[in-house]
Amino acid sequence: MPHKEPVAVVGIGQTKHVAARWDVSLAGLVREAAHRALHDAELTWADIDAVVIGKAPDFFEGVMMPELYLADALGAVGKPMLRVHTAGSVGGSTALVAANLVAARVHSTVLTLAFEKQSESNAMWGLSLPVPFQQPLLAGAGGFFAPHVRAYMRRTGAPDTIGSLVAYKDRRNALKNPYAHLHEHDITLEKVQASPMLWDPVRYSETCPSSDGACALVLTDRAGAARSPRPAAWVHGGAMRSEPTMFAGKDFVSPRAGRDCAADVYRQAGITDPRREIDAVEMYVPFSWYEPMWLENLGFAAEGEGWKLTESGVTELDGDLPVNPSGGVLSTNPIGASGMIRFAEAALQVRGQAGAHQVPGARRALGHAYGGGSQFFAMWLVGTAPPAT
Amino acid sequence: MTPPAGDIAIVAFAQSDHRRRTDDVSEVEMLMPVLHEVLERTGLKAGDVGFTCSGSSDYLAGRAFSFTMALDGVGAWPPISESHVEMDGAWALYEAWVKLLTGEADTALVYAYGKSSAGEVRDVLTRQLDPYYLAPLWPDSVSLAALQAQALIDAGETDGPALAAIAARSRSSAAENNPHAQLTGVRPHGDHLVHPLRTGDCPPVGDGAAAVVLAAGRRARELCDRPAWIRGIDHRIEAHGLGVRDLTDSPSTRLAAQRAGAFERPADTAELHAPFTSQEVVLRKALRLDDTVRVNPSGGALAANPVMAAGLIRLGEAAAAIHRGTSDRALAHATSGPCLQQNLVAVLEGEPRAA
Repeated sequence: MPHKEPVAVVGIGQTKHVAARWDVSLAGLVREAAHRALHDAELTWADIDAVVIGKAPDFFEGVMMPELYLADALGAVGKPMLRVHTAGSVGGSTALVAANLVAARVHSTVLTLAFEKQSESNAMWGLSLPVPFQQPLLAGAGGFFAPHVRAYMRRTGAPDTIGSLVAYKDRRNALKNPYAHLHEHDITLEKVQASPMLWDPVRYSETCPSSDGACALVLTDRAGAARSPRPAAWVHGGAMRSEPTMFAGKDFVSPRAGRDCAADVYRQAGITDPRREIDAVEMYVPFSWYEPMWLENLGFAAEGEGWKLTESGVTELDGDLPVNPSGGVLSTNPIGASGMIRFAEAALQVRGQAGAHQVPGARRALGHAYGGGSQFFAMWLVGTAPPAT
Repeated sequence: MTPPAGDIAIVAFAQSDHRRRTDDVSEVEMLMPVLHEVLERTGLKAGDVGFTCSGSSDYLAGRAFSFTMALDGVGAWPPISESHVEMDGAWALYEAWVKLLTGEADTALVYAYGKSSAGEVRDVLTRQLDPYYLAPLWPDSVSLAALQAQALIDAGETDGPALAAIAARSRSSAAENNPHAQLTGVRPHGDHLVHPLRTGDCPPVGDGAAAVVLAAGRRARELCDRPAWIRGIDHRIEAHGLGVRDLTDSPSTRLAAQRAGAFERPADTAELHAPFTSQEVVLRKALRLDDTVRVNPSGGALAANPVMAAGLIRLGEAAAAIHRGTSDRALAHATSGPCLQQNLVAVLEGEPRAA
């Protein structure tokens, strides 16, 4: 066995993401996404060899290790089932763990799913359990990230209009995505800019919503892809990188773990000029300013230049490097699923199945996720053709 | 190059002393000496390791993202390739094994930890149950295990004296062989905790951590005199509802064992993750273990049961027996969920020793 088995995405399923899915249980929610992925792949539960599930902290729904309870709903009885948890990057990490099962030839066809049903609990308080001798919550994730956005603005001289441009773009893109949570039909740039300031410089409309939702992928090997009724998205590279949350040398504006992770993915995929060679990017942008920040961190722009790409319209759906054509995390944020949605949307783009938010002719797309205090990173690059062996 | 299955080994194992309470140390402080020890055994530094994976649970720690602090203890700078399962560390080892099979890394560090003393573990584990129908009733882990024990007694598969003998054997084995164990020496079988289980049938509640290093091919031989080769490893899950399962049997253990190659040749040693004496009865049957096999020479989970690490410790203890030369072929088992819902089985082998 001289090489890893190539990995193909042949099924993708999402729920319609909303603030609260009162009509379904946790089991009902995950099953809906899994059913759609199986239907897309034209496979049945019997075709699945193993299940890999991910979500963010168990306190978000108040169920400890919910994979035990969800085994039946996900058709996993009698099969191997793994549960991944890497904070906000978990949706991406979960897909990568599943992909490795195929790449290592342990299994032929794997179902992977990530979810969050935030309405079962309260994410703010789920993250706020008191721990002695540790800093309390900094007024939610926004409170943690806002100072790092400030640092970016100060470092690069970016004008304070950039964040609202990103939010306006992503919310308009979401109108073309039937699964997106926020469908703000009357959105205008002025409305974004007039929205209340939450954590200066992050405004209400530049902040991700709290969503209920799930996302599922069917991953398979070369033989499985040959049987797929629809085009496959092929995994050309995937990597995870982690670094400590806080230490004196940490660069919160552009963490080295993110740069190293992207470099590893590009090396695997043979990408030398990501700006020219990648056609669409699904990037984890929970607060609008993270688009220009991650453009630099992921190697699409030189240091200090990311905001210029955003300002010039390059990242618009009809720009030459569309970022978050789906509407992104800013429009849909079931936390544990958000990373997998990025990976899934990248795959939809290269399969040509992204519908109204399709980037014409997308051949290579990047899915990106991060978590913790910009501490955990997971990325994959997918393409229309199988990787060269 | 993808290494062939069977070319990956556990090359080092370390664990903490398991204690009833560890109020004097944080989780990270409990874990750090174990990480240092396991790396020292191989001469590796954190930065040399190709992949790192851990297992733990936020619910034991009582806070979200509890594993992020443990990562600081690993020394993840420059950034490392790293992942985490919200499961027993045995499944973190499985994820690392898959990573090594892809050929993307040739060494891996796996660790797990749990502090049950932070809360009431019997209550905490009820939060694992179906959140709509079962968890609101707060059926605790000992009560659920007692249902299983009663089912075994009713089926004529065991009785009180047989369970007492399992407890006595486990704890005297711990006294002989395991300086890290929490409970050692012959102990009274005790009063009923939840009928038919007596205190002696139940595991101690305690805190602890464990770590192993995996390596592939030539690296394994460089790092260890007698690597414990993973000849097969597999895990399976069963339905969650106890009402749809035969609690006297463990089909998921049997299937995992079959897929791991456990039945191809007899093993001389088995490390079983059976927190309750009655569960050893179920596992012995599923794994077809007879009296020629040394079962839990470490004392098993009845002597030390740090939740989230106890399964990884079974893999570590089985590997250590091979490293020491006291075993040539060992089975290791880990479990998760109420009444053995999810089970992992690994087959470890040492190469023949020079005469």
